[in-house]
Amino acid sequence: MTTDSSIKAQPRANQLLAEVLKGSVLRTVLAILLAFVVGSLLIIFTNERVIASAGYFFGRPGDLLSAAATAVGQAYSALFRGSIYNYNSSTLEGAIRPLTETLRFSAPLIAGGLGVALSFRVGMFNIGAQGQLLVGAGFAAFASYQLHLPYGIHLIVALLFGFVGAGFWAAIVGLLKAYTGAHEVIVTIMLNYIAISLITYLMRTPVLHPPDGSNNPITIAPDPSAVLPKILGDAFDLHLGFVLALVAVAIYWWLMERSTIGFRLRMVGINPDAARTAGINVNRVYIIAMIASGLFIGLAAGNQALGRGGSFTPSIDSGIGFDSITVALLGGSRALGVLGAGLLFGAMKAGGPAMQAADVAPEVLGVVQGLIVLFIAAPPLIRTIFHLPGRPGRGGSPRPTRKPGAPVMDPLPAVVDDAAVGADAAPTHAASSTASATSSAGGHGSPGGDPSGTASGITGEGANR
Amino acid sequence: MTVTAATTGAPAPSPEHPHLAVPPRNFKTPIVLSVLALLTFVVFGLLGDASDVTFRLSDANDAVPLAPLVVPSQLFCIVLGVLSLLLTAFAYVQAVRRRGVPLWVSLVVGAFFVVALFASVGAGNSVPVVFILTGAIGLSTAVIFGSLAGVIGERVGVANIAIEGQLLAGAFVSAVVASVTDSLFLGLIAAMIGGALVSMVLAVFSLRYVVDQIVVGVVLNVLVIGLTNFFYSAVLADNAETFNFPGTLPYLPIPLLSDIPVLGPVLFNQRITTYVMFLLVPTVWFVLFKTRWGLRIRAVGEHPLAADTVGINVNRTRFWTVTIAGTIAGFGGAALTLGSVGAFVREMSAGQGFIALAAVILGRWNPWLAAVAALLFGFSRNFRIWAGQIGSPIPADLIAMTPYVVTLIAVSVLVGRAVAPAAVGKPYIKE
Repeated sequence: MTTDSSIKAQPRANQLLAEVLKGSVLRTVLAILLAFVVGSLLIIFTNERVIASAGYFFGRPGDLLSAAATAVGQAYSALFRGSIYNYNSSTLEGAIRPLTETLRFSAPLIAGGLGVALSFRVGMFNIGAQGQLLVGAGFAAFASYQLHLPYGIHLIVALLFGFVGAGFWAAIVGLLKAYTGAHEVIVTIMLNYIAISLITYLMRTPVLHPPDGSNNPITIAPDPSAVLPKILGDAFDLHLGFVLALVAVAIYWWLMERSTIGFRLRMVGINPDAARTAGINVNRVYIIAMIASGLFIGLAAGNQALGRGGSFTPSIDSGIGFDSITVALLGGSRALGVLGAGLLFGAMKAGGPAMQAADVAPEVLGVVQGLIVLFIAAPPLIRTIFHLPGRPGRGGSPRPTRKPGAPVMDPLPAVVDDAAVGADAAPTHAASSTASATSSAGGHGSPGGDPSGTASGITGEGANR
Repeated sequence: MTVTAATTGAPAPSPEHPHLAVPPRNFKTPIVLSVLALLTFVVFGLLGDASDVTFRLSDANDAVPLAPLVVPSQLFCIVLGVLSLLLTAFAYVQAVRRRGVPLWVSLVVGAFFVVALFASVGAGNSVPVVFILTGAIGLSTAVIFGSLAGVIGERVGVANIAIEGQLLAGAFVSAVVASVTDSLFLGLIAAMIGGALVSMVLAVFSLRYVVDQIVVGVVLNVLVIGLTNFFYSAVLADNAETFNFPGTLPYLPIPLLSDIPVLGPVLFNQRITTYVMFLLVPTVWFVLFKTRWGLRIRAVGEHPLAADTVGINVNRTRFWTVTIAGTIAGFGGAALTLGSVGAFVREMSAGQGFIALAAVILGRWNPWLAAVAALLFGFSRNFRIWAGQIGSPIPADLIAMTPYVVTLIAVSVLVGRAVAPAAVGKPYIKE
């Protein structure tokens, strides 16, 4: 692949504009749209009225079409009523309650998504959010009723316990990767299972279990002083967790885009060998990154453990651990992207029951979520489907947006691709041709010409196994 | 090319090249072995229960009844512990002499540990050996299929995180097709196609669109879980008799062989899915390591550029190899439904695909070892069931945790770096 370093990076404003017009924002919208279309097809094909009217399709084709339209309309209007605005409600409170529920559900997804996203940016694949969340929730629960502290302080301490628990569980991953070379994917999967068993065990013992003599794994309800306070009054369940998630977004943005640590983290993610050559202690960065990742997930844990004010069982994770991965992927591992993805997935969680009530299996949303991320992950696919411009390379073959030796993680090396592919493609498309490249990271990544091209022989992912 | 021989460790420095650097002494294996041996000797032996334990080797209606083996638990464990300690000492000697520890030493110490565990937990009770072994095979069938798919995929250079999705797809499709067509055979075929389709999506996205393989794998899992959950609650749940009532495959006892004590009922009175598994492990090993096709697969996985240079079409090889791996995992999914409970249940693969992934790495990308590692998971799951039945003093949750802790230790201590096929997870793009 030729690299023409004479093409300079475009001014940031131009890049941003190009991106909005032709790049990732439009593509994200199209991916979401396409996923919902496929979801509609699933709803149509499993709807009983549609199937019934398909029997006499050639006699009265209108019946089938209207049945299909009704099925889809009912499903998505229920989703809207359940997640954004309930126009059937007579009171204002009832009408905007779904929106607050969306925010409530999205808080742990945003926090968890940030944690996973941070690991992505460092080139690590933290699948262990589930385990980290469980351990963090266990720690937070422990502090929430075993310690008796004044209002305010108690909540802070309980949240800190959650951070410590999740950070500790994540630190194991970083330490093992740094000192033994164990692959983090397998380590996090194992730690998930260990965490489930461990927390279930502790929920049967007096450490977490209420003294009622039963053997079901459950925690004691937290003291009122350790519960996250509701922020819109008692009519709504929305609590402080969402505000904390927003703060976490801001911290994440500053950490990754502005701080020195973040620069090191990204550098290791883009090319660990180059980072090592530049004098960065890569192993230490792995450990720091995993702890930081665990801290964000610890916020999700505190949110789950202290948000509802009741006791909980090992199912407290409720899929957030794995959803965090998809949120991070959908958000392109960027602060605002994760915020948006978390809100979208939170809306789907909030809208599920309403869909159920409308007699549509809410599981269709799981398919939609998977499809969105799948479409997002493959920019050339969306471009092919919608005939978008910006495809680099020759002729009709979708030229891959990655160099042979480039780092493996998709959300990260976009920076590298930006420089590399930009050189290949026509200059006008330089900024738009890759997935999640944005201006600020490109600014750091590209001045050296092509940081990955020279040292691309061995990259961390495969070689560390 | 690193193939299988990574187990024997570093050789001694050759006398004709004294100036070459001597390999460092590696004490990882002896340390792990000494932990196991000490547990066997101290916890199960010295601190153990003095009462008798009965190993029941055959059922009452077996063709060749064997008398149950009755031993005093504590003494038995002490003997096993001493033998383990001796073997561990040998391992240390080997390590000091800069030689690798032979695999059989590790396996024997591990086996002694397991037997002592059973003898200790079952003290004052009986251990149904046949039940435990049969159950272990039954519980690990799908994992073994999955791990074979994983080995094949990684050998050709494609990290397959989607094993979970392939198992689930196979389980779902086999149950539905077998119910609708009323043919278990068609159900098995459909399971293979289902697994292959998931594999093809993985292959298309990771090879053609060069999306990160781990990302595609994770997303595919989400997608398959979502799809099967949706169809389950939208279609299957209300019409179970039409769509989710496939029945189970019959047991096929092999004449004469199934009458052998202990081994007969364990190995030769199984369902077709289990027999296929027995045959598939050596087949995959043979194909990968003894045929031209297998050499090509490994070449593509180790050094795609070199493979390309000698005229192998890297991406085509990867595509079809991964697809075949998908058929295997899909078949394993059928073992969960047709080969076991006889119906599809939501998310019934329950993480077994991830266990298979661990087995691949624990088994060092070798079909035999991966199958053994997968068997270990099934074994420990069955141990937990048995220990729960006899009211073991060890909490069930902690027993459930053990195989994962073992894997974690093994992955980080024993396997170490740079054993995987060199090009796993890296897309190959022709310049």
